[in-house]
Amino acid sequence: MYGMGILKGLGVTFKHFIRTYLDDIKYAGRKYLRQENFEARQGLKADGAFTVMYPEEKIAVPERFRFVPFLVVEDPDHPERPGEDWCTSCGICAKVCPPQCIWIVRGEDPVTKRPVPQPEAFFIDIDICMNCGYCAEFCPFDAIKMDHDYELASYDRTRNHIHDKERLSKPFSYWMSIAPTTAREEAAARGGWEHPDVIKEFKKSNRTPTPVTEDWQQAKMNAAAFVEAQKAAAQAAAAAPPAAETAPTVQSAPPAAESTPSGELSPEERKRRREEALARKKAKQEKAAE
Amino acid sequence: MTEEMTLVPERADTLPIEGAIDYLKRKFPDAVKDDTRQGYSGIIVDPAHLVEVARTACDELGFNYLSSATAVDYLGIDDSMEMVYHAYRISGGGALVFKAQTDRNKPEIPSLIEVYPGADFQEREAYDLYGIHFPGHPNLKRILLWDGFDGHPMRKDWKEAYYEQETKPFDSRWPKGYVRRAEELNVFGKNVKYPADLDLAKLSDMSEEALYSGMGLGVDVSSFPAQADELQTDRLVVNLGPHHPSTHGVFRMVVTLEGETIVALEPVMGYLHRNHEKIGERNAWNHNMPFTDRLDYISSMSNNLGYALAVEKLLAMGARYQPPTYRAEVIRVLMVELTRIVNHYWAIGFLLNDLGAFFTPALYAIAEREKILDFFEATAGSRMMCNYMRFQGVAKDLPERIRSVASHVNDKVRDFNTMDYLTELINERIPRSVDELDRYLTDSEIIKERTIGVGYLSPDMAIAYSTSGPLLRASGVPYDVRRAEPYSIYPELDFDVCVRHNGDIYDRYLIRLDEMRESIRILKQILPRLEKTQGESVFAGNKAIYMPRVPIGEAYGRVENPKGELGYYLVSQGDPKGPQNPWRYHVRAPSFINLTPLGAMCRGQKVADVVAILGSIDIVLGETDR
Repeated sequence: MYGMGILKGLGVTFKHFIRTYLDDIKYAGRKYLRQENFEARQGLKADGAFTVMYPEEKIAVPERFRFVPFLVVEDPDHPERPGEDWCTSCGICAKVCPPQCIWIVRGEDPVTKRPVPQPEAFFIDIDICMNCGYCAEFCPFDAIKMDHDYELASYDRTRNHIHDKERLSKPFSYWMSIAPTTAREEAAARGGWEHPDVIKEFKKSNRTPTPVTEDWQQAKMNAAAFVEAQKAAAQAAAAAPPAAETAPTVQSAPPAAESTPSGELSPEERKRRREEALARKKAKQEKAAE
Repeated sequence: MTEEMTLVPERADTLPIEGAIDYLKRKFPDAVKDDTRQGYSGIIVDPAHLVEVARTACDELGFNYLSSATAVDYLGIDDSMEMVYHAYRISGGGALVFKAQTDRNKPEIPSLIEVYPGADFQEREAYDLYGIHFPGHPNLKRILLWDGFDGHPMRKDWKEAYYEQETKPFDSRWPKGYVRRAEELNVFGKNVKYPADLDLAKLSDMSEEALYSGMGLGVDVSSFPAQADELQTDRLVVNLGPHHPSTHGVFRMVVTLEGETIVALEPVMGYLHRNHEKIGERNAWNHNMPFTDRLDYISSMSNNLGYALAVEKLLAMGARYQPPTYRAEVIRVLMVELTRIVNHYWAIGFLLNDLGAFFTPALYAIAEREKILDFFEATAGSRMMCNYMRFQGVAKDLPERIRSVASHVNDKVRDFNTMDYLTELINERIPRSVDELDRYLTDSEIIKERTIGVGYLSPDMAIAYSTSGPLLRASGVPYDVRRAEPYSIYPELDFDVCVRHNGDIYDRYLIRLDEMRESIRILKQILPRLEKTQGESVFAGNKAIYMPRVPIGEAYGRVENPKGELGYYLVSQGDPKGPQNPWRYHVRAPSFINLTPLGAMCRGQKVADVVAILGSIDIVLGETDR
């Protein structure tokens, strides 16, 4: 009989149409309120309409989602190394980037002209970036990560679409908040919650890195305790005040010696370089502020 | 010669590859010699005898399926150009690789179109990108680029407008990487060069003639006097596309009509051309992986796998190669088969669009596809541009939970156990939706009326035109790379090669349903393997190598992509330590080669069916134009 095929097809369409409303009745108006309802609606058991009412509701992206990289820096309230870069400007991300959208100016000591493990400048042209995630995958220091922020529309691509270091830098706590599982796995591979170079430094000076079995905030508390202990020890020894104040930071400074061929440096030399670096940074910040 | 010929067994078409090469060497002692270069295989044929050798290979030895024909420029190595042909037997087995070399300054190689009609577009592509002339080709003109393009961009001495350096990584990025935009180098955007012999006045000519010049077509009413008892019709040229909702992208068909009947159809492509292969040669080996995502952007996972397999073939020639672990292989097959389902949902949905069932079936199919993409997103980090496979493994193991983290305002999270999700998806959700599509569409009279007997492609033609995938199998040729030349863990999996025999649009629709069901069957076998290998490594070797060096040689890796056979022809040359960058990176794109018989399939059909025939081939322009 003619027409049966059409009727059958229409039947399927009609069923899909009805299901959406059945769904509404099933949840009795609470369809959009409760978390479980959203999960059911957007899961495998869902029937009928599957739309998400962006921007009133958004599907949160999974942890491994990748969209435009950012640089991990230490939290601003970190007691030992507040706001310091995890990046050592080794250049692997710039080399492994398929469309070559990463530009790095390697940090350099103005006196010795030796590279220091800190990028002087870091740019990512997000118009070129293809969100492949290679930079994050191959970074040996876990210092560059893929972000979850996909709402990047802007009115001026010439000015807004080259992200500089300031724009790229996000604290470690942010990375913890968007990808806790991945961050934990990576910390386990590093052997502690701290930066890989800091962990190396710790091992030299007999400090234990914060084990990954503990909460990541513990790393900050351990650092704070360490700073307190250093201060107390310094006061107890009644040493010269300026030396005592900078002592803890010297301990935790990124090991400049690692990248120099001469090997170990004397503590005085390291202190001097550290101060120079801080002065440089301050000068740069002032310049940037202008 | 005759004495030796008697030694040859009677059935030359079942000889193993070595035997076939011996056979050719005996028959053409002067013209055929072994390719003895390090890491190379196959034979080098004297261009003067190329057609005869190819005919022998095709007719006597049974290598009747020309998978890939491509050119390589060996500038600075032996300063020659080379055409490389990979011919297979349609009954399965390995490739007969034969090459013909020619002078770089005046490249000329006889066309094989008489022996293998499937060489048509591929030779045109080689002419377009390398400037090799093919005497004997009836329609040798540019295919991807336009006539006003200066030079042949795949030649090693050609440089693009924003040329920076021969190979990546570029030195300007580190350690003194002061950012600049490409536009700053070329403020007024004047980077267009025209060939010296181009008449620039023609470019502003908007007349009909100019529009269709070079198509070999034109309005000519007088040449076709209508019969007295027939409705008088004009011969008319109609331009379908480049912007047409049915062309699945920016694709143009120049159709000559006699009334409503198609007399000739010429596909015009290249609007999305970005010289993928040149980019691939500038790239390092690793860099190419995310670029392959952008070929057939519906099925990026399988594109990744093809490239990984081809590079692994090259890596296997070196000492430090470790084959992917078993779990990696299992995950690869899982991803690839899910991709096949994704692609066929898409293909069926949009075929119905082309038939006029506007977007209702397509949306039902897309809604189901979402569920698979959710899994891809949680595993690979992206829904479509997965970039998931790596040489010797995959990027990351499956996550324990498909879990999202709220980081925006109004974010709603989901949290599923991955294995539970997969099990339900594979055992219930996908079979149910495939059945629903089947119930919904298969018996519909409109679909049957519009598709049965339309766009017929005979088995002989399907083979001769080098078509592949569902298009080939719907014409009654049970050829599937997964069985013909198995890779990964397909030999141990139980599945059938789907085949349909009518070769029309309806069968191409049905075979996609069949293939989805076979994929479900494979996936059901994958699930216990996933459980069993839980916790095993997904990567063999040292993952930290970000700039792998690949041993010198050539390799052709091919996979059964949802749209057909996807092949990568790679040459690693130059640096004796093992180059960081491919010397040649060629993509044998199924969407591109499946278009070769489009004109033949449409001849004699009505104009309304063109759109459906194109839809039934299932092309994606990212891959066609590369």
